[in-house]
Amino acid sequence: MSLAETLDKPAFDQSARAGTATASAARRRAGRRGPAGPTPLGSVLLGLSFPFALLVAWWWAARLGLVPEQILPAPATIYETLSSLIADGSLTTHLEVSTHRVLVGFGLGALFGLVFGAAAGLSPTVRAFLYPPVQAVARVNVLAWMPLLTLFMGIDEPLKYVVIGWSAAIPIILGTARGIENVSPAFRELGRVLHFNTRDTLRLVVLPGAVPSIFAGLREGLANAWQTLVLAELFASFEGLGYLMTWGRQLFQLDLVIIAMIVVALAGLAMDLGLRWVERRAQPWKRGTRDVH
Amino acid sequence: MSIDAAAATTLPAEARAGTALRSVTRRIDWRPWTAFAALLALWFAAHHFGWVPAKYLPSPLAVVQRLIREVTAGTLLDDLHETLRRNLSGLVIGVAAGLALGALLGASSLVGRIVGPTVLAQRQTALFAWVPLLAMWFGGGDTGKITFIAVAAFQPVVIGTWRGISLVPATYRELSHVLLLSRWNYMRLVALPHALPMIFTGLHGALIYAWLATVGSELFLNISPGLGGRLNEGSQLFEIDLLFLVILLFGLIGLGFNTLAERAEGLLIRWNNR
Repeated sequence: MSLAETLDKPAFDQSARAGTATASAARRRAGRRGPAGPTPLGSVLLGLSFPFALLVAWWWAARLGLVPEQILPAPATIYETLSSLIADGSLTTHLEVSTHRVLVGFGLGALFGLVFGAAAGLSPTVRAFLYPPVQAVARVNVLAWMPLLTLFMGIDEPLKYVVIGWSAAIPIILGTARGIENVSPAFRELGRVLHFNTRDTLRLVVLPGAVPSIFAGLREGLANAWQTLVLAELFASFEGLGYLMTWGRQLFQLDLVIIAMIVVALAGLAMDLGLRWVERRAQPWKRGTRDVH
Repeated sequence: MSIDAAAATTLPAEARAGTALRSVTRRIDWRPWTAFAALLALWFAAHHFGWVPAKYLPSPLAVVQRLIREVTAGTLLDDLHETLRRNLSGLVIGVAAGLALGALLGASSLVGRIVGPTVLAQRQTALFAWVPLLAMWFGGGDTGKITFIAVAAFQPVVIGTWRGISLVPATYRELSHVLLLSRWNYMRLVALPHALPMIFTGLHGALIYAWLATVGSELFLNISPGLGGRLNEGSQLFEIDLLFLVILLFGLIGLGFNTLAERAEGLLIRWNNR
């Protein structure tokens, strides 16, 4: 499940390099054309134009009856279903149930992941004994374990917390351990020169150095938690957004399915944005350097 | 190394064999294997001492016996073949579509800026949220399953290809302008080789996600021949050895795909650096 990580990691190195390249290119362009280059607002509008065009096409197709309701309900139908779902409070209930599951599962996974990851990052012995098995488990997706876990735990809330926590913990373990392991030896040496005790070394050297990697792990863990939530709710549940989808499918009400999909996407996006905000607050020095730059 | 060689020539044969053995054991790190061995021992013990009812936990030997029985009867191989066929069909469709769209997004910055944000936002949608929708559009049979696998494989390839091509350094682009390369030749000779590592990362992701989707489609959509069907059979008939066997196979195949992709990526990077 560490796909986002594998995807983002090389991108990270390269975008740093490309970032300077595009920055210089932009400066050159700005010099030629004046300050009116491609503005952020322009990019946002351009990016929104495509979904908007899709929406218009959808609306027209529905109006002209080009696609049957069973294949794609009209936007108006979706809006009506959405407002009735909001009015009777059922959408809120489903959303609350799902959010609760994600938060509990992610909380457990994060706690375990941070502790275990820190142990593996700080102690080479722990790393040597326990890291490879964790990596092996990480490569087998949680979905394959689900039928087995069901036998032991039933299909109630504990199963959901465990699978969500499990999928969240894996990137957090890897991110935390890697972050601590990769703290620059020069900084550690500086700490020794300044006669830092263990607590100060952890607080002032190891933790700040490891924070970016830890947050990368946390963000991927949260994304995994959402993925697994939908999985677990499709697998077995009687409330929640995943259940709303299954229910809509059984009733052949595509509007319910689409609404649930949109809400899942938005909620995932919102949580990711929230965690990014926390990440920025946790690294005040980063904002500072960016301003100086 | 020269010290080793010197020691080898001066020492008697037995001692030499001893050091060779010791150097082999030193080279293979035994420590990670303790956890695996402990797990296996725990499994044996849990079964042997009845910590977990036998209804829930078969002995490891029973699973091996079941494997032998299934393989000699040929049933398991048929199921494996069905599952892999579905997996590969979806993978090929998804990767082809992903490469095409990714190349388009990367080649034209305007298309990238118009369609790109939608592609990125779509990545936030949980993969399995597609299952009910695709099931309604394409049915729960083979078409629906392969479509779902293709969607899963599509996402990482688009992003890898797009990023890889759009991150070609501006100087390379300027150079190809100076050399009057046509757009096609620029893509073929400059952009694609430069983007190859990232495309490969995308393919790696596609392989993992397609496998996940294959397992998921067989569990969530209609029951059909394939490993997922056997898994359902195992859990419904309470044939616990079959259930364990299929879960182990799912895990091992996933692990195999992952290792394969990592090896291939390693080779590619070495070739690229040469």
